[in-house]
Amino acid sequence: MPKPRFASFGRFRRSHEFWLLIVILVLCASLGAANGQFLTMQNLFDLLTSYAFVGILALGLLVVLIAGGIDISFTATASVAQYVTLSVANAYGANWICVFAIAIGIGGALGALNAIFIRKLRIPSIIVSVATLNIFYGLLIFFTGGKYIYSLPDWFATGIFWFEFEWGKDTSYGVNLQILALGFSFLFTWLLLNRSNIGRQIYAMGGNTDAAQRLGFHVFGLNMLVYCYMGVMAGIASLVQAQLAQSVAPTVLVGKELDVVAAVVLGGASLMGGVGTVFGTFLGLALLAILQNGIILLGVSSYWSPFFVGLVILISVSATAWSQRERRPRSAQP
Amino acid sequence: MRNAPTLALRGRLIRLAGSGTIVTLMLLLVALWLVFAITIGDRFFSVNTLQSMAFQMPELGILSLAMMLALLSGGLNLSIIATANLSGLTIAFLLTHYIPGSQGIAWAGVQVLAIAAGFAVAALVGLVNGFVIAYLGVSPILATLGTMTLCKGLAIGLTRGNVISGFPEPIVFIGNGTVFGVPFALIVLALCALPVALMLNATPFGARVYMIGSNEKATRYSGVDTRAVLLKLYVLSSLLAGVAAVVMLARFNSANAAYGESYLLVTILAAVLGGVDPFGGFGKVGGLLLALIILQMISSAFNLLNLSQFLTLAIWGGILIAVAAVPHLGGKAPR
Repeated sequence: MPKPRFASFGRFRRSHEFWLLIVILVLCASLGAANGQFLTMQNLFDLLTSYAFVGILALGLLVVLIAGGIDISFTATASVAQYVTLSVANAYGANWICVFAIAIGIGGALGALNAIFIRKLRIPSIIVSVATLNIFYGLLIFFTGGKYIYSLPDWFATGIFWFEFEWGKDTSYGVNLQILALGFSFLFTWLLLNRSNIGRQIYAMGGNTDAAQRLGFHVFGLNMLVYCYMGVMAGIASLVQAQLAQSVAPTVLVGKELDVVAAVVLGGASLMGGVGTVFGTFLGLALLAILQNGIILLGVSSYWSPFFVGLVILISVSATAWSQRERRPRSAQP
Repeated sequence: MRNAPTLALRGRLIRLAGSGTIVTLMLLLVALWLVFAITIGDRFFSVNTLQSMAFQMPELGILSLAMMLALLSGGLNLSIIATANLSGLTIAFLLTHYIPGSQGIAWAGVQVLAIAAGFAVAALVGLVNGFVIAYLGVSPILATLGTMTLCKGLAIGLTRGNVISGFPEPIVFIGNGTVFGVPFALIVLALCALPVALMLNATPFGARVYMIGSNEKATRYSGVDTRAVLLKLYVLSSLLAGVAAVVMLARFNSANAAYGESYLLVTILAAVLGGVDPFGGFGKVGGLLLALIILQMISSAFNLLNLSQFLTLAIWGGILIAVAAVPHLGGKAPR
């Protein structure tokens, strides 16, 4: 059930987010002490920029998980949206509004397809998204031959650089496209889940779909909205990634699904539905980002980075499960 | 009014998940066989085609069995590929570093020991999975996501992403040899599938796995030590990944931290296509094998027709949705 956060500190102290926050703060403090570069503006902006893609997708997936479903087709959706949008932009010319409109449209349409398969054919969402991942990706590579696009429109390659300010002698920072998109995605998802009637309905549906339906919720409409939202996020994330990579690589994104799943579930979202917060997802994302960044800054070979990430995931989920067991010792949670 | 048919449908779905899917898959297999026989002709029936199909199927087959075990209990095992690669690398390392001479008892002994060590690594990963899932109560997807990343990280860290290759003759035979024209790897698949099928259908352990998949809470309250069953199940799932590791390293004559990663979601696809309920409790080994044959047949036929392997992926996805939708379409008719 959704609960007003910060309503009482006591409740927050016992929450998943609290422990995650403590871990992150300890990690930040020790990394900051070990390496002067960690706690700099430069590093913060770099982190936000490079994790924008995973972050935006994580927010879409969060909404799907809260609604009681799962989607892993989003990397394929993003690949399709990216390829089609930038091909169109290259062929016919476009501007920022245009490319985002096309990417969002494609993402939303593919998301709608998922929702139709899930609700109208009543196939479980995990099956549908495994299937559509293969369908979208297979068809994309079949029709494009897997060719990369290296030449992007100049205005797109240049990107956005707002609120530029100088730092020291020759470094300057600004809000770029990645950070802007990530910020808006967080704001919008938070508004959707916490400040809208629809958000309440999504939580309720994820908690108990049958009950929600009997209360008169439009379950198909809600599902449609949720999977379209995931698709739209995939569309936005795909452009953010293409701008950062300065190319479109149709084979690169698929296979990164589980990174996104890891960020969201580390943030406390439950695969059973009805549970999860935007703040938690932010913390889950931050933990993964800081960990990978910290390992590099500490001079550990990047080959070992996945090992430590896996270790932290395993320890953190075990610790969470253990602390919840102590509170409800006799509940038969699997 | 909308709910009553849904409940009836659910009961119907449950009944169909067993035998119904197998009938659907049989019909699909015959239909596809006819289509390919007409479009491709003789080449489709050549010994070469059949043998290449039989060579390609076992890896995916054994990995799918590993995934199926976890799925039956209502869980998921995302770490199978990473486990297979880690234990494959263990075997490969031992084989390339400690092999004495090229014949003799020590030579054979090291090969057996290397494979045993690989199985031990796999079992260890399975123990970690089982302990974290059963005794700490972590959801299977999370726990195995963690061990997946951990195993892959260990494999990459130790090998720096390099390939270990060049194994003795008997090892290579496992992946590339034939016995009376039947690929040895296919025999390995059969040697895995048969005991798993027997275990699931004819032992109390198998019955408990299905019960846990249907309702874990009820199973625990009826006096079954669900935690011990789950622990054993995840160890078995990991051991199957270990067998897949042997087949994989033998077929490629090399091992690497990133082999077969694209198989992960395909194993789920194969299992679910074969009638395994992704929420647990239902599914037969026979259905899974039929699904594997169908997937392999499409892949081989597309290869013969010079169609992209990526189109094969798309068709696999389409077939999964079509087969998953059949019970619903069938259930709609009487209304």
